[in-house]
Amino acid sequence: MTVPTSNFVILAAILFAIGAAGVLLRRSGISILLGIELMLNAANLALVAFGRQHGQLDAQVFVFFVMAVAAAEVAVGLALLVAIFRKQQSIDVDRLNVMRW
Amino acid sequence: MGTAVFYLVAAVGVVSAIAAMAHRNPVVNVLSLVVTLFSIAVSYALLGAEFLAAAQILVYAGAILVLFLFVVMLLGAPAEPDAGESRPFQRTAGLALAALAAAGGAAVVAAIHAAAPAGALRGTAQALGVMLTGEYLFAFEFISVLLLAALVGALVLVKRKH
Amino acid sequence: MSRGLYLLAPMISVTVALMTFIVIPFGAGGDITIFGARLGGLIVAPDLGVGVLWLLAVGSLGVYGIVLAGWSSNNKYSLLGGLRSSAQLISYELSMTLAVLGVLMASGSLNLEQVVARQGGQFWLGAIPQWNVVPQIIGCVVFVVAVFAETNRLPFDLAEAETELVAGYHVEYSSMKFAAFLMSEYMNMVTASALIVTLFFGGWTFPGMGRFSGWPLLVLSLLSFGIKLAFFLWLFVWVRWSLPRFRYDQLMRLGWKGLLPLATLNLVWVGVAMTMGWIR
Repeated sequence: MTVPTSNFVILAAILFAIGAAGVLLRRSGISILLGIELMLNAANLALVAFGRQHGQLDAQVFVFFVMAVAAAEVAVGLALLVAIFRKQQSIDVDRLNVMRW
Repeated sequence: MGTAVFYLVAAVGVVSAIAAMAHRNPVVNVLSLVVTLFSIAVSYALLGAEFLAAAQILVYAGAILVLFLFVVMLLGAPAEPDAGESRPFQRTAGLALAALAAAGGAAVVAAIHAAAPAGALRGTAQALGVMLTGEYLFAFEFISVLLLAALVGALVLVKRKH
Repeated sequence: MSRGLYLLAPMISVTVALMTFIVIPFGAGGDITIFGARLGGLIVAPDLGVGVLWLLAVGSLGVYGIVLAGWSSNNKYSLLGGLRSSAQLISYELSMTLAVLGVLMASGSLNLEQVVARQGGQFWLGAIPQWNVVPQIIGCVVFVVAVFAETNRLPFDLAEAETELVAGYHVEYSSMKFAAFLMSEYMNMVTASALIVTLFFGGWTFPGMGRFSGWPLLVLSLLSFGIKLAFFLWLFVWVRWSLPRFRYDQLMRLGWKGLLPLATLNLVWVGVAMTMGWIR
């Protein structure tokens, strides 16, 4: 009994919406990065579901690349957060209003 | 059986995703996201992408979120300050945009209305490996350069200036 | 909320330690028929296509137990232990995975049953069994050292260094929760030893096994696996009483500047040797 593709796409849409809401509403830098991760994962899930629909493995290769890019993004993003925290003892993005030092 | 597993996994995934975005404690956020990513890994397994399911746990749960947890602890788990000035416009706009994203996904689903394919597609490590080192070899090599660049960038960013 | 995490931490440790063993083959079935079913080989999850990837993936989750214990105890020694452990586990996971990769390349399969099958039955020069340890001695050494770090055993037990951190991440734990941490550490030791045996020392195979079949083969293969396993468990304990603890910067230097280049070297060597046809 295979699960239909649309179920996975709906789940991906819900997860993406939750992630988007988190990115838009939260003010802590860590939560925003977590929201981006969630959105990337939701997109991956939709990709794999569509890939199965079309009977092709290319989608899974793309997802593999997305994972690698996400790892790179997190490394740089977290390094930025640490640097910002050292600068102003806070990772509240509302307080990031200084573009020079 | 697959359908029951899917609904269980989807429910767990959505609830923990909400906790990951809404809870005030950053450690709880990270841990809830681990649960969500686990449920996505199970979804991959249901879709026949067994290599991706293992890679999902290995890369996301095993490395990326540990990094998050590490940074949260390094910064002393900063609790988010109470919303000083409430921003009703921003909040409404954010929720509306999120709802729009969900509606877009639903619209896509309404448009495809296709049955699941009969032939099972198994994303084994071997099948993916052949594609990665064949058709996608250039992208595969390029990813390694990207990861190296990210590594150097992260080091430069966190290095203390003497 | 922290109380929930405090209770969750030992549960994660034990669960992860129990889940990793299922892909390790621990004996030959000997084609015996039990209750009408043919016994292929002794392994908990024989058809898991991802094989050793499962072990690496689930094993990498063990760090959550330690980090959470460190954080939720609300104690600076615990927190330091948890932080040290997370950095250590991520660092040594790389060398460990690279060392495993050499074996997987030589075996051409992620499935540990096939890794074992490839090492059994044949000999080099008529006497040396074709275990992976012979061509890949560097990989084996790197793997054993990395596994010591992964299980937080003594030369690398920075996460619970008594002289600096009282007891590290489990300083605030007592009774069954403390016991759960210790049990998971010892279960990890058994799994790690089983993995060393399976990847590099021929698993349950033993010289002269072609002469046996049926029940004798089953019993002898279990015995062979058990003896090799016991040897590496003994090695764990022996090293604990022989080597002093590393300093943290020494640990990081060994991981990144010592083991990682060696593991890469092993990988290159296996690739070259396979291309030239020296090992098949």
